[in-house]
Amino acid sequence: MSTTSKKDKFIANFMKNPVADAIGQQQTVREEAFQALRELEFPTLKDEAWKYTRVAGILNKEFEVKEVENPALSENYLIPDLKVNRLVFINGKFQSELSEIIDSDLDIKTTAQARFENHDAVGGYLGSLTNHKNEIFTALNTAFNQTGAFVQIQKNKKPQFPVHIIDVTEGEGVTYQPRNLFVLEEGAELDVIHTIEGDNGQSFTNLVNEFVIKENAKASYYQVQRNGEKNNHIQTTQVYQAQNSRFRTGTYTFGGKLIRNNVNIAVDGENCETILNGAFLLNGKQHVDNHTFVDHLQPHCESHENYKGIIGGKATGVFNGKVLVRPDSQKINAFQSNQNILLTEQAEINSKPELEIYADDVKCSHGSTTGQMDEEALFYLMSRGLTKAGAMGLMIQAFAAESIEIVEIEPLKQWIESLVEERCKEIQD
Amino acid sequence: MAYTETELAEELENSKYKYGFTSKFDTDRVEKGLNEDIIRQISSKKNEPEWLLEFRLEAYRNWRKMKEPKWAHVKYEKPKFDEITYFAAPQPKKKLDSLDEVDPELKEMYDKLGISIEEQKKLAGVAMDVVVDSVSVQTTFKDKLEEKGIIFCSFSEAVQNYPDLVKKYMGKVVPPNDNFYAALNSAVFTDGSFCYIPKGVKCPMELSTYFRINEAGTGQFERTLIVAEDNSYVSYLEGCTAPMRDENQLHAAVVEIIAMDDAEVKYSTVQNWYPGDKDGKGGVYNFVTKRGLCDGRNSKISWTQVETGSAVTWKYPSCILKGDNSEGEFYSVAVTNNYQNADTGTKMIHLGKNTRSLIISKGISAGFSENSYRGLVQINKNAKNARNFSQCDSLLIGDKCGAHTFPYIETKNNSSKVEHEATTSKIGEDQIFYCQQRGMDEEQAVSLIVNGYVKEVLNKLPMEFAVEAKKLLEITLEGSVG
Repeated sequence: MSTTSKKDKFIANFMKNPVADAIGQQQTVREEAFQALRELEFPTLKDEAWKYTRVAGILNKEFEVKEVENPALSENYLIPDLKVNRLVFINGKFQSELSEIIDSDLDIKTTAQARFENHDAVGGYLGSLTNHKNEIFTALNTAFNQTGAFVQIQKNKKPQFPVHIIDVTEGEGVTYQPRNLFVLEEGAELDVIHTIEGDNGQSFTNLVNEFVIKENAKASYYQVQRNGEKNNHIQTTQVYQAQNSRFRTGTYTFGGKLIRNNVNIAVDGENCETILNGAFLLNGKQHVDNHTFVDHLQPHCESHENYKGIIGGKATGVFNGKVLVRPDSQKINAFQSNQNILLTEQAEINSKPELEIYADDVKCSHGSTTGQMDEEALFYLMSRGLTKAGAMGLMIQAFAAESIEIVEIEPLKQWIESLVEERCKEIQD
Repeated sequence: MAYTETELAEELENSKYKYGFTSKFDTDRVEKGLNEDIIRQISSKKNEPEWLLEFRLEAYRNWRKMKEPKWAHVKYEKPKFDEITYFAAPQPKKKLDSLDEVDPELKEMYDKLGISIEEQKKLAGVAMDVVVDSVSVQTTFKDKLEEKGIIFCSFSEAVQNYPDLVKKYMGKVVPPNDNFYAALNSAVFTDGSFCYIPKGVKCPMELSTYFRINEAGTGQFERTLIVAEDNSYVSYLEGCTAPMRDENQLHAAVVEIIAMDDAEVKYSTVQNWYPGDKDGKGGVYNFVTKRGLCDGRNSKISWTQVETGSAVTWKYPSCILKGDNSEGEFYSVAVTNNYQNADTGTKMIHLGKNTRSLIISKGISAGFSENSYRGLVQINKNAKNARNFSQCDSLLIGDKCGAHTFPYIETKNNSSKVEHEATTSKIGEDQIFYCQQRGMDEEQAVSLIVNGYVKEVLNKLPMEFAVEAKKLLEITLEGSVG
């Protein structure tokens, strides 16, 4: 079967659940996305941006939008000792009974509701950052997304507690496409924690986030990926940073079958700080592709990137990070690092750190290393009474710790560290 | 309007004329354009055996199906393949009577490069017999090589005299359908060099196309084949530091190296072809496929390149590390100025156990130029205990140029260690200030700093070459400061 008919068939499944809720500007955006869907093809290994990730496996399956009958929230999904404004989505549907907003004046609603009310921010921002005209998965989301979280923080406000979005996938052959929008007005602050959970069913989730960070605002976004083992997850986070703003993000991957993380940041103001970190601990036949793009449009900014890969089983990890410094964006300090440990003979890592620099007064560097456990260090720990597994676990935790350090919410940091510890036991088998 | 080869030829013609050169186009050429007949004509003119004609035709048929690659980070007008004359017999240049007749600009550059008077004369095509009989020098070399059983001759001669060797090894490392330009070269290559080092022989001198500069007339589709048998060693030099005013716009060369058990091949290139004028008009396109195969155990191939010329460079000298314990090295300095574009790097394909590779790449961009490093390090499943280290630094001079790094690092086993690091920055103001404090002017300071920056690579060049290359860098970067 040719790719075109495969594509039509794949998209036809989404047509069963059309969305006709958008008006005004939102209607235009949807139409643009439909147009793009007609014109674009799904990427193959021949596309430079998808060189190491094959999505054909997703296209061959049939997925449907399905609701869950008795939605329930597992205790396991909650972060210990952390009070949050919680939004729960199960199979893409908002669960108001399971959600809880504890900050009284927080402007938070679903994108569906915001769209329905034709909320100003939605009209202006949703789809304004995404590349839905050229990226087929973003177009797919833009055309068919039902809902998601919409948070707007007013000038100089800061919610007392972080926002915690829980996306749960349950059942066989499920698909949904969450669409989240975060708008931070001048001087606002917001922390977003996004956890992805799921059962063992086959599924396809296509998530798009947009962050609009205005002058002097500070945002952080931590995504903890505990996807079900047969989940295919495509994630695109699109960030816009204005002057003096700060954005930090961490993507921590534990589950999933095929995960693609696109993090694209346009730094369009001076004196910005951008931090992108991530860790992926893989096992079995997992495939995780981290694709980051930092676009320095303005001078005097700093960006730091640090991704750690720990790969076991027959898993494959991909890191493709790009830093672009535009002409006249002087005094940019951009650093990029990707370090990987391969635990087994069949494990594989493809690392492609890229620098594209058009300004001379900059300090940019990248580094990439791939190796294995230090035998001497293992021996040292074992000679002091640790088992081999214990020693390796300890070393993996230490290795991953650097990418987790940036998490400023202490209970969240501890929780992620405990997830790493658990995962260490799994991937060594 | 595309800048055609004819225009370039005219331009060079005129500029030469200005300084008293006269050069006539030779009539021994095939028609413009490319088809099977032309290839048959080239083959018959060169009196080639049937199998070589078949090789060419197969390559041509493959080439017809291929598309010109677009992935490289370079901008250029697509060459018009129908406008190119694919075969021209070497043109007898008018011999000049003395150096005074040489283009003063060229002369000045020779002096700056510190090229000896004899060499200058040779390069400029001044009759040599008065001072040194270069032919006799050459013959002495040839005798010495023959004594050892080393074959070093033009590709055409090799086809006539050693057809078995050529047939056995040609296309083994770069198959005729490898890529667009390699296929084109395989179809229409006119000449090049062939080098064969027998078992256990260490070549006593640096082999250089330099010695053959007049007899070769290498042309735009050059083909080089180097075969190093067990336990042999050769160091091979290509190109020269002197500016080569070549008339051909498109250069698509193929270089193949095969190293058997315990053999070592060192290949050094200095390329200084016409880079176009200050506004980016004209210049040579350098689309080269260079690849070495470390076929045997403990074999080693080392590439060193200093790239300063050409309007567009597109070149990835590679090593296929097939033999266990084999080793690949790549040292590169690529300098671009004005509107030059360079996309260059290497590929290290690790197949055998305990294979090692080292990549040191130094890019310098100035003016409005674009300079990219693109490299692949691939550690395959069976390449146990493989080791790679890559260091790719870029230096920017001026705020209108670009420096880019695109490394691909693929690791498929857990016993290998791979490290890559890259930096991009400009020359520190404090460094320049320090030098100025000690009495240097800014240009001298830059030159000093740049030399320190590329030292690691230049050290790998044979002595005489290194001295010239150092000066060449200074000349290329002249006027880029301030």
